[in-house]
Amino acid sequence: MRAAVFCACLMLVPAQLVAGFSGNIALESLNFSESAQFEDQLDDNLTLSFQPKWDGEWNDGADLWSAEFFVRVDDKDSGREHADIRELLWLHIDGDNEWRVGINTMFWGVTESQHLVDVVNQIDGVEGIDGEDKLGQPMIHLKRYQDWGVLDFLILPGFRERTFQAQEGRLRGPLVVDIGQPEYESSDGQRHVDYALRFSQTYADLDIGLSWFEGTNRDPLFLPGSDNDGNAVLIPFYEQMTQLGVDAQLIYEDWIWRLELIRRKTRSNDRDAFTFGFEYTFYGIFDSDMNLGTIAEFSHDNRPEGQAGVFNRDLFVGGRFAFNDAQSSEILAGLVIDTDNQGRSFRVEGGRRFGESWKGTLELQIFSDIDSNDVLAALQNDDHLLLEMAYYF
Amino acid sequence: MPDLKPVALMLLLLPVVGFAQTTQQKGLEIAQAAKAFDKGFTDFTANMVMTLKNKSGKTSKRLIRMRTLEVEGDGDKSLSIFDEPADVKGTAMLTYTHGLKPDDQWLYLPALKKVKRISSRNKSGPFMGSTYAFEDLGSQEVEKYSYNYLRDEPCGDWTCSVIERFPAYKHSGYTRQVVWIDNEGYRIVKAEYYDRKKSLLKTLNATDFNRYLGQYWRPGKMDMVNHQTGKSTLLEWTDYAFKTGLTDRDFRSQTLMRIR
Repeated sequence: MRAAVFCACLMLVPAQLVAGFSGNIALESLNFSESAQFEDQLDDNLTLSFQPKWDGEWNDGADLWSAEFFVRVDDKDSGREHADIRELLWLHIDGDNEWRVGINTMFWGVTESQHLVDVVNQIDGVEGIDGEDKLGQPMIHLKRYQDWGVLDFLILPGFRERTFQAQEGRLRGPLVVDIGQPEYESSDGQRHVDYALRFSQTYADLDIGLSWFEGTNRDPLFLPGSDNDGNAVLIPFYEQMTQLGVDAQLIYEDWIWRLELIRRKTRSNDRDAFTFGFEYTFYGIFDSDMNLGTIAEFSHDNRPEGQAGVFNRDLFVGGRFAFNDAQSSEILAGLVIDTDNQGRSFRVEGGRRFGESWKGTLELQIFSDIDSNDVLAALQNDDHLLLEMAYYF
Repeated sequence: MPDLKPVALMLLLLPVVGFAQTTQQKGLEIAQAAKAFDKGFTDFTANMVMTLKNKSGKTSKRLIRMRTLEVEGDGDKSLSIFDEPADVKGTAMLTYTHGLKPDDQWLYLPALKKVKRISSRNKSGPFMGSTYAFEDLGSQEVEKYSYNYLRDEPCGDWTCSVIERFPAYKHSGYTRQVVWIDNEGYRIVKAEYYDRKKSLLKTLNATDFNRYLGQYWRPGKMDMVNHQTGKSTLLEWTDYAFKTGLTDRDFRSQTLMRIR
């Protein structure tokens, strides 16, 4: 009898409610060419990550749900071993309104070398130094389509702390950031509710976005402190901020021009920063199907050297080879030059598909001529090669 | 007395020039008739299996879902959603095609959760590593080409008009195409593509046609062979559905974020 009731209940669940399952499982090997600058740092590592995603819909597609998780298993590096809910979302579509309630990850902005206006999600700092791996953010989000543009209203309850390398991790400063004792300017701490608003519109070949954010700054300041064992550590201190952001992209023939501009007010400083540049693409080079995109972007930040992060007055030049072959082979090479002290950081990323379900990627990062006052000085021994083989399902 | 013979000759020729149809006009008229025949489909959805085959016979497969919306007075809007290979699953491409003006194009990258506006300049580039160029798969607006009618000849069970078309839009990879289009249902059954050096580059053969809503013909199979590389790509179309109720709302760049 109980089984019959159970079966009947199952039949009431629309078949398409659970429709999609996808994701990847990836093995990553990391090798550093030089011995570590700081105590306990590892020289090589092998880790496994797993990123499954489920989704479905009901009400003829007017309601959708999705769940995406990320897990990294790491024996050697406790900082990189972590799990996160990237997405756990209910989406309701009502004509020109889209409601999203739950945890989500989103992307704002257009530039390639740095992401200034993209401030809704916290960065998953142990997953990469480009800021493109992000932690899921709890939100209530209304997207409203108007003839004159798209409006996004976001209420963001609950703050996500940035992830940082632990004692044994490379690509960190001399002092470890103690994620166990974060401090906040707001007395609400992690429970502070943030707000964000965005307007975006396409005018022929020009795309414009205007965004405003009020709440906890995702980029912490670091205060000197000590951990439970009395070791000197850095304490992340999250201030309140108000940020106005502008992003624009113009496509004309073989050119794409991109701009991101922010004004960020916090108690400790007023930050003005921009990234501006272009991508020019050569199509069908060497009489082949291959395209070469050349990218140049200049970044400026009014904060002094050492405080301003990597991009204070820096030039990024890069090239993107798209082979347009059956394996979707691609190589991206980029060089960041600090125009104040000539420090350089060079990076090559390559990837291709193997068979129908495997994808291999390679990342080579080299730091050279880094000034001892530059924030990158702590990374000058951290040249590395990363190889990843991922199985997609 | 002035010699009036040339004038008389011109007068004689005038009606001929004025009324006889040139081969260019006939070609254009067939293209217009084909477009008019297909008009009013409103929207359609279909699934596509794309099988790439290289010179040595090795194959790789892509699964793509297509949604197309007819746009009055402009090119169609189309959405391609990638299901396979698995590493690009969830990737979606939105195109607003235009006549001679460059198309508008957006790509959704699920790994970054980013909608990226991309340049549509890459018309002659391969689509997903296949033997189809982007320009082969876009909506075929009349003004995209100038035409020249060559002849009528049998093509399987039907009789086809053989027409040359010359791309009028910028950045095409072709100097000309020769198209076999049947006189009854305006089905493109074969096409030859000539590269910038004017040599034969590719041949398309379309078969297994079905008629939908008693009007619109669509091929079940399209095979594109590249004669210069020895590669070929077979498209197999299934699950065609017309007038499914798609609207402009389903073809906005930011709705790419919720495509599944």
